[in-house]
Amino acid sequence: MKYMLLIHTNPDAWAGMPAKEQEDLLSGYWTFTEKIKASGEFISGEPLEFPETATTVRVRDGKRGMTDGPFVETKEHLAGFYLVECADLDRALELAAEIPDAKFGGVEVRPVSNFGPS
Amino acid sequence: MDERAFEEIVRAESGRVLSALIARSHDLDLAQDAYGEALLAAWEAWPVDGVPDNPGAWLTTVARNRMLDRLRREAQRPRREFAAVRMGGIATVEVEDVEAQAARLRDDPLEDDELQLVFLCCHPALSQEAQIALTLRTVSGLTTPEIARAFLVPESTMSQRILRAKRKIARAGIPFRMPEAAELPSRLAAVLHIVYLVFTEGWNSTGTADVVRADLCAEALRLARLLHRLLPDEPEVAGLLALLLLHDARRGGRAGPHGELVPLVEQDRDRWNRAQVAEGVALIERTLPLGIVGPYQVQAAIAALHAEAPTAAATDWAQILALYDLLERLEPSPLVTLNRAVALAEVEGTEPALRILDTLVSSATLAGNHRLYATRAHLLARAGRFDEASADFARAAAASPSAAERSYLTAREAALRTALASNGT
Repeated sequence: MKYMLLIHTNPDAWAGMPAKEQEDLLSGYWTFTEKIKASGEFISGEPLEFPETATTVRVRDGKRGMTDGPFVETKEHLAGFYLVECADLDRALELAAEIPDAKFGGVEVRPVSNFGPS
Repeated sequence: MDERAFEEIVRAESGRVLSALIARSHDLDLAQDAYGEALLAAWEAWPVDGVPDNPGAWLTTVARNRMLDRLRREAQRPRREFAAVRMGGIATVEVEDVEAQAARLRDDPLEDDELQLVFLCCHPALSQEAQIALTLRTVSGLTTPEIARAFLVPESTMSQRILRAKRKIARAGIPFRMPEAAELPSRLAAVLHIVYLVFTEGWNSTGTADVVRADLCAEALRLARLLHRLLPDEPEVAGLLALLLLHDARRGGRAGPHGELVPLVEQDRDRWNRAQVAEGVALIERTLPLGIVGPYQVQAAIAALHAEAPTAAATDWAQILALYDLLERLEPSPLVTLNRAVALAEVEGTEPALRILDTLVSSATLAGNHRLYATRAHLLARAGRFDEASADFARAAAASPSAAERSYLTAREAALRTALASNGT
């Protein structure tokens, strides 16, 4: 089954971290990515630019509008994602717990829909 | 055939049969529907042919056949509709795979599957409400209306809750298997917690005027016994069973002739179930020496001390206090601190206990909690501080979710006010 692991980060926690810890956090991502590539569970994954760089598009009554910023303004923001293929939810949850930002923010585990023509 | 006898058989076999069916089909709904059809068939056949020697096997075989029929019929349907209803596994199955599934259905053992079913229903990805509803529906075999009545929600609400839980299991891929070894302790703790919640719901009967909803307590006991049978080497499982046995043994003394609440110290101990006390005590005495002590075992040991005391006055409060000290280290919580304060009052007097309760008033978890006010009220009354006690009884009554408890607390408050008035204070 495919799962999106949506990584939400806590900017306050990051700001309060000494440089060494920040380094460890980042290299933790590299280690994690390599690990799930090796296991064959990695489909894709990217870090995202900060939410200030986001633009949200809405089309209403045929008119396209855009707002500066993410869809939802929250303190903890979407920082990145992984798309993984694994056996079941338990494995996906296990992977999510290994993602460095799980310790400070949170990782939402959302199954990819398997409806539609296969 | 006697309806109650049939119900007994159904309740005894449901968990095992359903788990076997679910293990092979990976589909809660399909299994449940097929099982329902098998029950109908049994209701018609058994009065004529007699109850089979192995009713579980009979039900499993008939249900399995019903599932096969349905799978064959549905394999003809367009795939899109199929995928919308099933979890990944079944959707693309070929007829011969269905035969392979049937072959698996004929295999034993049933026992392993039932444990996996329990772990499935109590998966932490489901809300606690959902875990309780699903466990009672699939493992215990209660009907949706029965569960709705027990938890005082409309049937449609409970029905939706169970449906959503099953949908999440299917769509999120919650697996039907034993948790990994590293996860087992926390997963088992989740299961035990659900059984405990079912029991306390029955015991506290938040919704009804009865003091104890015996049904839920009996169901929790049944689940605890099942877990103990399936996991005989887990000390906390034995601990929970012992705790529930000992608590439940006191059920007879808990309510007065008009359904009113009788506190522990005033209960008629002759109305306690001595055989069940003996069973609970024996179990905890066998378990503690294994040396892997956990919170349920400690709570069971405390319950054993209460249950074994021939009178309230003979209660070994010093030992109970020592056990609460241990419990506070194992599983600190404001509620444990509160209960320890009660024991402390018996051993060292009301003042040290009241000082502890003062620290709890500002605790986030217990703020406004009826148990905190009720405990403090009792201690204040014992200390002769009647005005303050009266105020706390009133607060406790206002905050209590249980009608029977409210009556009791209001009565205590009224009694105090009467005493105060007659003393001219």
